[in-house]
Amino acid sequence: MATLSKEEAAALIQEVLEVYPEKAQKDRAKHLAVNDQEKTTKCVTSNRKSLPGVMTIRGCAYAGSKGVVWGPIKDMIHISHGPVGCGQYSRAGRRNYYVGHTGVDTFGDMNFTSDFQEKDIVFGGDKKLAKLINEIDGLFPLARGISVQSECPIGLIGDDIEAVSKKGAAELSKPIVPVRCEGFRGVSQSLGHHIANDAIRDWVFEREGGGTAFESSPYDVTIIGDYNIGGDAWSSRILLEEMGLRVIAQWSGDGTLAEMENTPKAKLNLLHCYRSMNYISRHMEEKYGIPWVEYNFFGPTKIAESLRAIAAFFDDHIKEGAERVIAKYQPLVDAVIAKYRPRLEGKRVMLYVGGLRPRHVIGSYEDLGMDVVGTGYEFGHNDDYDRTVPEMGNATLLYDDVTGFEFEEFVKRVKPDMIGSGVKEKYIFQKMGVPFRQMHSWDYSGPYHGYDGFAIFARDMDMTLNNPCWKNLTPPWLKPVEEEQRAIA
Amino acid sequence: MALRQCAIYGKGGIGKSTTTQNLVSALAEAGQKVMIVGCDPKADSTRLILHAKAQNSIMEMAAEAGSVEDLELEDVLKVGYRDIKCVESGGPEPGVGCAGRGVITAINFLEEEGAYEEDLDFVFYDVLGDVVCGGFAMPIRENKAQEIYIVCSGEMMAMYAANNIAKGIVKYANSGSVRLAGLICNSRNTAREDELIMELARQLGTQMIHFVPRDNVVQRAEIRRMTVVEYDPTAKQADEYRQLANKIVNNRNFVIPTPITMDELESLLMEFGILDEEDESIIGKAAHEEAASA
Repeated sequence: MATLSKEEAAALIQEVLEVYPEKAQKDRAKHLAVNDQEKTTKCVTSNRKSLPGVMTIRGCAYAGSKGVVWGPIKDMIHISHGPVGCGQYSRAGRRNYYVGHTGVDTFGDMNFTSDFQEKDIVFGGDKKLAKLINEIDGLFPLARGISVQSECPIGLIGDDIEAVSKKGAAELSKPIVPVRCEGFRGVSQSLGHHIANDAIRDWVFEREGGGTAFESSPYDVTIIGDYNIGGDAWSSRILLEEMGLRVIAQWSGDGTLAEMENTPKAKLNLLHCYRSMNYISRHMEEKYGIPWVEYNFFGPTKIAESLRAIAAFFDDHIKEGAERVIAKYQPLVDAVIAKYRPRLEGKRVMLYVGGLRPRHVIGSYEDLGMDVVGTGYEFGHNDDYDRTVPEMGNATLLYDDVTGFEFEEFVKRVKPDMIGSGVKEKYIFQKMGVPFRQMHSWDYSGPYHGYDGFAIFARDMDMTLNNPCWKNLTPPWLKPVEEEQRAIA
Repeated sequence: MALRQCAIYGKGGIGKSTTTQNLVSALAEAGQKVMIVGCDPKADSTRLILHAKAQNSIMEMAAEAGSVEDLELEDVLKVGYRDIKCVESGGPEPGVGCAGRGVITAINFLEEEGAYEEDLDFVFYDVLGDVVCGGFAMPIRENKAQEIYIVCSGEMMAMYAANNIAKGIVKYANSGSVRLAGLICNSRNTAREDELIMELARQLGTQMIHFVPRDNVVQRAEIRRMTVVEYDPTAKQADEYRQLANKIVNNRNFVIPTPITMDELESLLMEFGILDEEDESIIGKAAHEEAASA
């Protein structure tokens, strides 16, 4: 199907809304829009409570804090405080790679939980938490600190995890960070990111005696909001180092407590996932005067733009470094594009993901000659959509907190060549015969950041889209006779 | 006779536990088979029956054993005066945890263990002062207590609480079979107390089932961790509890209450001279301001 015109796209949204009851229709209408680059006022309503009864794809505040922000800090132990499920089902699923000896000095793939029972609800869990903290200290002496990630019941029964944390921290001389990220707070995981950022501000930055001996250099930068999914932060970090910068912290993929503590000494904070870590970046700007800059390491066009934007904060040495890096990787970029662009040119993609990806990955697709014809955020805010409108072509679809029904209907009508979304969507669309990439954890692949990541990204998109399986969706008995005979011959 | 399940509610400190235990003793004396389920973390609903300080509660023992599934009914069910069966749900000390969940867990446990299947005529739930959350409404949900008695007195806050409890009953009465069965006036010797509570009962659509006068023998018995019925069966007060018991056995007056508004309650109190006519000019005035304007 040809690309939709503006009128056709608007009509499609209208048609999809038709099936809803009046109240739901009114609510959902605000979350769907046809992109218009001219339109400067807010395009869709976002960060609102999901409608009951729809299939939303959102998570909760606990997911935002434990799963996203805190979980990857590898040398701390993160206690999932409450019943066992939250911790177990969020364990290691996000593929935040790290280096270390798990269970000795790093703990990323492990699940620590207070495993609440009835008695802990009735009598409170503070004593159990205190015991757990002591046991952790005995069993894992190399853990640099502990965070307490609150599950729902903690906020209901009024446990004083702050008091337990303070007492434990004094006894063990290690930071113990209570995080009030109870799942029922807020409308999505987004509030969990904010709560987690605030906990870092209050319990890591403000801690007396925090940080290690540190000699500053004029080229100290940090990577903020890169969760090292499939090694993303590593393929980003090398580019920064090659241009002459010193990366003193990774937040939080493959990150450490010491790196967090040293971050206020950076010269510039580089912010990749704006949604989940803009809060702490703004705080460091206000309190320590550290500027921050958003960047995008998906696809060579955006990488080059970003490297130059970052270099603009520094002297000629770094600016030359940026050009050197861009030039160095150009042959690799040329080879990737030469190989894959002819196989992907003109293909149309629909996205629906979280954080930064609904806008950040557009560039990598475009570098391969592909078009993103629809995108949306699970838990974005207005500022995310403001940043998305200029990246998207006119008359493309924007859908906020999309429902299962809307997404399927859009796909049926827009007929994209590929979809990038989460695991819940994957099998539905594959059964509909649409090639699909899981764009939360890169479908067990990655990294996708940086030049090296772009090569992997291009390969993955090609092998998904041009996979021979899509030609075999029609069973032999439904195929036209001549075709079958030709196959036999 | 089918098992009758009754819940006793009322303002904190009004004398619910004392009244319940004296009432239950009188019922047992009359040959009724009764069980008391204490639904208060303080666990003081059975001490006069068991002559004990406080019975080991379900939640306490569950915490000790590891989980409530590790308990047997005989671990938590104690038998006291005239074979009255006693259970305490128990719960946390003030300021921690969730007492409401304790009540829910304990009552579920009793059901699963078949505590209600034994040969019983009455179960009485003695519930913590206010229905502060869903847990304390557990005894009046589906298939639990169907008769609610509210203990009150002629004091303003006691009546205010009684009216609030009636509001709570309406909510569950509309979806289930729980009904208000009457007010028990536990006298504080205020003026025209019996008339006042009778009038409140009338307005709530129910009855004052009995007026229990004040008598020091109740305290004398309590010091001995006994009910009056057991301590001094000849006392006049013991007869009062016997009368109350008899009225409850024969009670058929079960209603969906008609709670009154705050204004109606205030005018009732004014009518009986407990509350003065509202003087708008004194609202929000501190003592020194009043002195200055006088």
